[in-house]
Amino acid sequence: MREIENVMDPMLPAPYRIQRVLREIADTFTLELEPVNSAALPPFASGQFNMLYVFGIGEIPISISGDPVRRELLVHTTRAVGTVSRAMGDLKAGDVIGVRGPFGSSWPLEQATGKDVVIVAGGIGLAPLRSTMYQITAQRERYEKVVLLYGARTPKDILYRRELEQWRAHLDLDVFVTVDHATKGWRGSVGVVPRLIPRAPFDPSNTIALVCGPEIMMRFTIAELERRGIAAEHIFISMERNMKCAVGFCGHCQFGDHFVCKDGPVFQYSQVRDLLVTWEV
Amino acid sequence: MQTLEALLTDHPFFQGLKPEHIQFIAGCGKNARFDAGTYLLREGEAAADFYIIQHGKVALEVLAAQRGRISIETIEAGEVLGWSWLFPPYRWHFSARAVEPVRAIVLDGACLRRKCDVDHDLGYELTQRVAHILMQRLQATRLQLLDVYNVQKQGRA
Amino acid sequence: MMPSVSLHVNDTVIVGSEHLEQLLAALHRSGYKVIGPQVRDNAIIYDTLTTTSELPAGYTDEQDGGSYRLKKRNDQAWFGYAVGAHSWKRYLHPPLIRLWQASRNDSAMEVSSSQEEAQKYAFFGVRSCELQAISIQDRVFMQSGHSDPIYQSRRENVFIVAVNCGQAGGTCFCVSMNTGPRVTNGFDLALTEIIDDARHDFVIQIGTMLGAEMLQSVPNRAANADDIREAEQIVATTAEHMGRAMDTTGIKDLLSHNLEHPRWDNVASRCLTCGNCTMVCPTCFCTTVEDTTDLTGKKAERWRRWDSCFTMDFSYIYGGSIRSSAKSRYRQWMTHKLSSWIGQFGTSGCVGCGRCITWCPVGIDITEEVRAIRESGSAPAAEEQEGHANA
Repeated sequence: MREIENVMDPMLPAPYRIQRVLREIADTFTLELEPVNSAALPPFASGQFNMLYVFGIGEIPISISGDPVRRELLVHTTRAVGTVSRAMGDLKAGDVIGVRGPFGSSWPLEQATGKDVVIVAGGIGLAPLRSTMYQITAQRERYEKVVLLYGARTPKDILYRRELEQWRAHLDLDVFVTVDHATKGWRGSVGVVPRLIPRAPFDPSNTIALVCGPEIMMRFTIAELERRGIAAEHIFISMERNMKCAVGFCGHCQFGDHFVCKDGPVFQYSQVRDLLVTWEV
Repeated sequence: MQTLEALLTDHPFFQGLKPEHIQFIAGCGKNARFDAGTYLLREGEAAADFYIIQHGKVALEVLAAQRGRISIETIEAGEVLGWSWLFPPYRWHFSARAVEPVRAIVLDGACLRRKCDVDHDLGYELTQRVAHILMQRLQATRLQLLDVYNVQKQGRA
Repeated sequence: MMPSVSLHVNDTVIVGSEHLEQLLAALHRSGYKVIGPQVRDNAIIYDTLTTTSELPAGYTDEQDGGSYRLKKRNDQAWFGYAVGAHSWKRYLHPPLIRLWQASRNDSAMEVSSSQEEAQKYAFFGVRSCELQAISIQDRVFMQSGHSDPIYQSRRENVFIVAVNCGQAGGTCFCVSMNTGPRVTNGFDLALTEIIDDARHDFVIQIGTMLGAEMLQSVPNRAANADDIREAEQIVATTAEHMGRAMDTTGIKDLLSHNLEHPRWDNVASRCLTCGNCTMVCPTCFCTTVEDTTDLTGKKAERWRRWDSCFTMDFSYIYGGSIRSSAKSRYRQWMTHKLSSWIGQFGTSGCVGCGRCITWCPVGIDITEEVRAIRESGSAPAAEEQEGHANA
């Protein structure tokens, strides 16, 4: 018995041309990509990722942070912290990179219909959730209250500032931003993002929570969400692990029984609760 | 205009506290307003009061020699400010400045301590709640210290 | 040459050892590259087999934790040994292979797959545990979502001559794992060697039409009840002499509920994280990729090679490795093999071949590690009350 999902070799990258490079904050940049060979992007859902290849250097997994509805441009935001991402950050409009994907599980927005949606993002964790915000605002009537809680290190590290301000301007969205360390002139909240949870306007008995950020931040956030009364089955997180193939063959991304590349990166918290508190698993 | 008791009853910190206890401590309280930019309390001063924030935002500050005033945390509506009134030597370790206009109920610390001496059940309830706040702030502070967004590079570039 | 009756699937025939060469010839004629066991550097390895005279006739192996020795037998049996460091996975799942090549000029990048028509292999001498291992890797590479074209093209064309073990190995525990010693399915032909003073021939069970075709030109006679009984007795005797045993009752939960068991620290104090176990294990499948470029920067290649979860790099993400301690890496290997694998692919990842025990330089024995945890671990059904030693 054979189940073959991809007739094509899943390890072959497709060429994409960089349309625009945006410098976001500090070492963070965004690439807007267009496929060289075909008209439209393969469809994707928020939460999924692609493997991006820099010619001759290497390949890394990066979450998609563009609008799932806009099929002309593929958008990826990442930090230049390793060999490949730094090389990627040196690329310019017109350069070509390789793309494989989309891979992985997506944020379960279909479970949030008729419910409050709480999105908690920390640092670069806002990048995959931006796709989700686009999706939500495009279909706002499907959800009850929508709350975005975002934490950055300092005011200078606030990602997607313009989008955050636009979302905050929506009359039917609540956006709260906090920083770990304030700088002169910052009049906003200071403190870690879990501190925003006790007073955030949502009904815990009717809420889906989506959480993305450094693992420690996610654990502390989940503790506060559960303290508010959200059930573990209604909390979803996005995990990150070393990936070489993204299709469940190389074995690097294993997390307990799960392959983060195909069972994740989005996981239901109740499924991975024990793994999250086991060291080095 | 709501009574002090009604305001205290509505505040998350006093949730579950018996009405007679609320009434008892309301006697220690008064309404207060702080304009944006003014200080509710200053580092080193006598820790006289317990602030129940109704409205606005307060920044906890320290003064560091070369870095100037640093805001380490903000306290917002629905939260409480100050626990040094409960522990000797009853002195503030930080300053607190209103970032936005603040309305708060200010409970006199000495008054609260006297009432807790008289009514140990009330003392237990208040101490438990303060301990809980301390626990939450400690956890949050620890997460702040971990500086999770700016992980140290180890070896591989 | 005796004219033989037409052979069918499930027939059992006898072929004399002097005639088995003709099976090799038939395979060669059909374009197969035959791989089989040979002696090299004091060990039995798998390599290209041209004639049956290259087989390790008269050799046996003595295996124990961290120890492998070849010894001479009293007879000239061709398959009188267990398994060596090699497994068939190096042919189906190559240790090093180029995935694709790419070229670029100013405004374009072209990628072309390096996968061509794969070599047809005939595996000569596949043990039951190895057959199970192949079937396990089939699930990994072809039945779990995506399909690996490299594995698939090699696997589809492989001809399997299996062998029922007449000699149990010192570290074997296929009986515990329910993977042998008798070959049950997945073969084209299955041999049982019968050798004594009077005879040296092979009882051959035909598994597929292709097997029947290959054997058609080889002199044979139908096996009678005595032959079959003798073959079964040989295998039954092998089953009684397993060098090791593993109790797999509830093992998935036993291990996943004991991730903080002190035994892991114990084994970590012995484990060198050398990764030998992952190299010799017939089911370990982890790989990594290497992206290279030439000096002009205009041509690039991606290569895939075997990797091991024992390396520090394996779990590296920005900031550090998830599994940096030796303890966590050994635990990962063993719990994946015996526990997580079941959740991922529906079967155990272990076939009881014993290679990891034999080829571990310090003789760590996976069956003993399981025993130690089982004897003092918390029972999966009971309430977990272990205090975690973290702040």
